[in-house]
Amino acid sequence: METENLTVYYGKNAGVRGVSLPVYDRKITALIGPSGCGKTTFLRALNRMHDLNPIVRIEGRVLLDGEDVYAPGVDPVVIRRRVGMVFQRPTPFPTMSIFENVVAGLRLVGIRERDRLREVAERSLKAAALWDEVKDRLNDPAVGLSGGQQQRISIARALAVEPEVLLMDEPTSALDPISTQAIEDLLGELKEQVTIVIVTHNMQQAARVSDRTAFFLDGEMIEFGPTERLFTNPADERTEAYITGRFG
Amino acid sequence: MNLRRRYLRDRIMVVFVYLGTLIVLLPLGFILLHVFTQGIGALNWDFFTKPPAPPGEGGGGMLPAIVGTFVIDLMALAMGGLLGLGGGILMAEYPDHPLNRPLRLVANVLGGIPAILMGLFAFVLVVVPMGGFSAFSGSVALAILMIPIIMRATEEVLRILPWELREAGLALGLPRWRVTLSLILPAARGGIVTGLLLALARAAGEAAPLLFTAFGNPFLSFDPLGPMDSLPLKIYVYAISPYEDWIRQAWGAALLLALLLMATNYLARRAMRRG
Repeated sequence: METENLTVYYGKNAGVRGVSLPVYDRKITALIGPSGCGKTTFLRALNRMHDLNPIVRIEGRVLLDGEDVYAPGVDPVVIRRRVGMVFQRPTPFPTMSIFENVVAGLRLVGIRERDRLREVAERSLKAAALWDEVKDRLNDPAVGLSGGQQQRISIARALAVEPEVLLMDEPTSALDPISTQAIEDLLGELKEQVTIVIVTHNMQQAARVSDRTAFFLDGEMIEFGPTERLFTNPADERTEAYITGRFG
Repeated sequence: MNLRRRYLRDRIMVVFVYLGTLIVLLPLGFILLHVFTQGIGALNWDFFTKPPAPPGEGGGGMLPAIVGTFVIDLMALAMGGLLGLGGGILMAEYPDHPLNRPLRLVANVLGGIPAILMGLFAFVLVVVPMGGFSAFSGSVALAILMIPIIMRATEEVLRILPWELREAGLALGLPRWRVTLSLILPAARGGIVTGLLLALARAAGEAAPLLFTAFGNPFLSFDPLGPMDSLPLKIYVYAISPYEDWIRQAWGAALLLALLLMATNYLARRAMRRG
């Protein structure tokens, strides 16, 4: 996946300007930058989550396997199946059990075979490192779980439809340190199966988990490179100022 | 100002608040008590199982009106519920849909129209083309009465749900209608049921929209295309009659209707708490 000169307008203002970013397969790309720098706006443009907002206008291209996801005739529903998303706050579906939550993306498009759903649920929950904690209570309501477990439910649910890319918008910012640790550990394993783009406020997190990092400021991508290089030897002085904590 | 005076002022204000509450509750309590004492004598086995008797003969009951109330109101709920839900969903889930502005206007106007005009509207729309009074036309009148209530209640309960819930569904690659149907509506079920029941309670107490639609019928009828009786209609007709036993039965019907509406309201509150 990659973007070419991507610009996102909110009404007349550009929230993201001219960003060209390659997202490497089976790697973790972190987007960092101060609040309001456009990293979440950029992330949401990747799977057309802005479509519902009529004041948002997109220019430039977002390529998924070489094809523009904004090309005419492309169904955003199909794109979102291939490019999943995990949000800042855990979003378990309130009326559903743990099991129903995880397989919601399959069940609600008409896949009903019990065996297949069970198998997908087990695989997804294992991938989200949650299986051992919930395997004996799959039919309990998902809202009864802790915040960290709910977030891993959200991850398992996103994985269940087998996306090629998983977008994560500050997935640990609402969680305690132990749950955060659990999810960070998980990311390293997940990247074997799926390409990950993660927005984070936490620079240490970006440094710990990602392979590549992009630094955003005021809607523009200032710098992009291998995470280690960007954090130890930033090319741009603004990047350096940010990662050394002089602003933000 | 010292502490004692502040305590004193506090007490006085509390007394005022209680007094105000009492003044508001008093008429309500009086009405209920009066209906109860006047109506309880008319409620007997015949009242629930017999058709009405001619004036002066005594006896007789409200069976056709009781049955008719349920038939007319449930048909109205089916129609008004469907349209009201649809409108509410459109306004809450598709806020930018071009139909929303006219829809909101219609809801506001309908909400302010006197109930008797709903009857007139249904008369022109259904009774005249179909060539006669019918339970169905009465249901149409009541449904129109329900629509704005249901629409607004639905819109409100759907708006309370976090937007993230919809995005979470969409991010799974679910189409929008599926998100609404399988994620949003179940999450709002309690509030929606409450809205439906409150609308039902509101419409079920109305006599005016039924006067020249359902019209009334002294015989037990299940035919939605023929005239049918209903408790509010019966109360109206019996209460203004000169016959003592009819007036007594009007009180009985009033008590029964009040009890039914209170039960509906109670169920509505309960659905809200559950949801």
